Amino acid sequence: MSSTARDRIFARLHAARTTVSPYVPQGGTWQAPMLDKDQRIELLKKRMETVRSEVHVLPEAEWSAKLVELLKVREAKTLTYGHDAWFGGALRSKIKGKGMPRLVPYGENAEAFRDELFGIDVGITSTLGGIAENGTLIVWPTPQEPRLLSLVPTVHVALLKADTIHSTLAEAMREMRWAENMPTNALLISGPSKTADIEMTLAFGVHGPKELIVLVLE
Amino acid sequence: MGSQHLDFTANVTEALADRQLRANFKSALTGLMKKRVAVLPDAAERERMRDDAEAAKRKALAKLPELLERLERRCTENGIIVHWAETTAEANEIILGIMRSHDATKLVKGKSMVSEEMHLNHFLESHGIEALETDLGEFIIQLNHEPPSHIIVPAVHKNRQQVGRIFADNLEGIPYTDVVEELNAIARKTLREKFRTGHVGLSGVNFAVAETGTLVLVENEGNGRMCTTVPPVHVAVMGLEKVVESLSDLPPLLRLLTASATGQLVTTYVNCITSPRKDGERDGPKEIHLVILDNGRSKMLADAQLRRTLQCIRCGTCLNHCPVYIRIGGHAYGSVYPGPIGKILTPQIDGLADKGVLATASSLCNACEEVCPVRIPIPGIIRRMRTEAYDEKGDGVVKGHGAKKNLLETLVWKGWELTYRIPALNRFVVSMLGRFGDKLPNVGPLKAWTSVRTAPRFASKSLHQLAKEEGIRHE
Repeated sequence: MSSTARDRIFARLHAARTTVSPYVPQGGTWQAPMLDKDQRIELLKKRMETVRSEVHVLPEAEWSAKLVELLKVREAKTLTYGHDAWFGGALRSKIKGKGMPRLVPYGENAEAFRDELFGIDVGITSTLGGIAENGTLIVWPTPQEPRLLSLVPTVHVALLKADTIHSTLAEAMREMRWAENMPTNALLISGPSKTADIEMTLAFGVHGPKELIVLVLE
Repeated sequence: MGSQHLDFTANVTEALADRQLRANFKSALTGLMKKRVAVLPDAAERERMRDDAEAAKRKALAKLPELLERLERRCTENGIIVHWAETTAEANEIILGIMRSHDATKLVKGKSMVSEEMHLNHFLESHGIEALETDLGEFIIQLNHEPPSHIIVPAVHKNRQQVGRIFADNLEGIPYTDVVEELNAIARKTLREKFRTGHVGLSGVNFAVAETGTLVLVENEGNGRMCTTVPPVHVAVMGLEKVVESLSDLPPLLRLLTASATGQLVTTYVNCITSPRKDGERDGPKEIHLVILDNGRSKMLADAQLRRTLQCIRCGTCLNHCPVYIRIGGHAYGSVYPGPIGKILTPQIDGLADKGVLATASSLCNACEEVCPVRIPIPGIIRRMRTEAYDEKGDGVVKGHGAKKNLLETLVWKGWELTYRIPALNRFVVSMLGRFGDKLPNVGPLKAWTSVRTAPRFASKSLHQLAKEEGIRHE
């Protein structure tokens, strides 16, 4: 049934071309401004903070100390991460002892891990880059750092290297060669989960993370 | 389906009398209009974005069969299973078949207007499958057994007190509250449990990229990501007009979709799905199906004017700016797609006989065309719907063309034409109207017309006569 439906649809689509010779206007006229590195960091921070993300710009060596501080304030009980992420070792050596959350590596398939994951307080992930124009993180989940890390825990902490921040989405797509190697799932994340479905009143954390914390590493 | 009798006049009368409804719409839509302007402050830049967005969509329509073939090929290479449906009934059967092949009885749904067009929830429920809406607005109205009243903010017609009552009445152990944060928390708790245990996740598609076989979904809440990541099977449904050629078409389209829909610079999530879970990956669905629906769309493509309906990216901004929609809300239209876009889309899908009346609900003020991010000439197509409904020339193409044609109106217009063509007849009719025009019996269409308007008074003498009496020889 389905293949004949396909044939009939395509027959109509092809026939439509003989009756209409379409005018296609010229595109490619809009471009968001290109920025230098400091401007990119500044704009990304400003855009992200507008939608209530917490952004800290700091030297790369200081990220784990900052994380300890952030976790303490939130009294986080559990933290999940990808065991083989670039920061995995540092995380294991710094996040331990009194007042620190229990580390739960995302080490199994979702089917086995799902029930535990839905109860975890904080998820931490790396990012592939940022986009200044919209205040966006580029996250391409990997076997080491699966998709649900940035979605299910109540707080999402993202590590963003300052020199991977692009000016625009178009530039990021070009420079990272998206068209040639799209991953299973490419995500653009621009804040904590939010909704305004009741009386247009903005509220955060409706299904996904209630908080997004971005550490920009210089 | 979709052809239930629509008593538009009764719906409008009812909506206009509902002060609460009108207040809810007015406050929400005024806010959305202001936010749109705030996020697109530079008119010149906005027009450049519209140039690009319009070009991207018109280019895609110009190459539609090739792009759909390329999309199918790329998706198949990536491991996504592609299905084609000519009608909504076929699309529903395909989805039911997928559910049954997995013995699945629980579907969690992200927001999808095409699934509304299919009346999918109702269909699946009649086959014993729970189809749960997880977008907060959709969740609210599903609990209350209502259809959406807006494409983007489906529960915009409800205020917080009404939502509080819906939750208290329909969710177990939930006391009444009208605090928005508490209402959100209730939804979060209820729905996260559903994501965790759902068998299949369903989503719509905002853009399908032919170049890479990628499905692009935009959202703020995260329920779309949940539905497309947590359950083992993901089913995406799209109208066949959603395809674009390449990733480079996306930046202006995404920017304008978001700005027009909710007045934001960007949505919280842009979720680009290219394949099911690969070996070694630990989450994501193991199986992805893409159902591509025609339902009248390929027919629109065959007409140079009507095909522009297919440029629509479902941002809903034409609703927010429509003086008619603002006053009567979405339900009065009695159709899945309300407002200006609905006035041109619905009659083309459901036919002019049932839904042609929607095209009459316009003052042709052009606000919709002025704000449309992809520049659909909506007022022109509304007039086309009106013309096709009468189809005097007999060259109509829209389903149900000529449905409103009737002898009385044809005769009246013929008489009008003759009155202006034959001077003697003109003099006679004008003088008769001058004498008896004010005494016409107040029945039928005249009564309906004068029920809300003051009837014009006929002058006792025509302009011709007055001019003659004044001694003007050459008018």
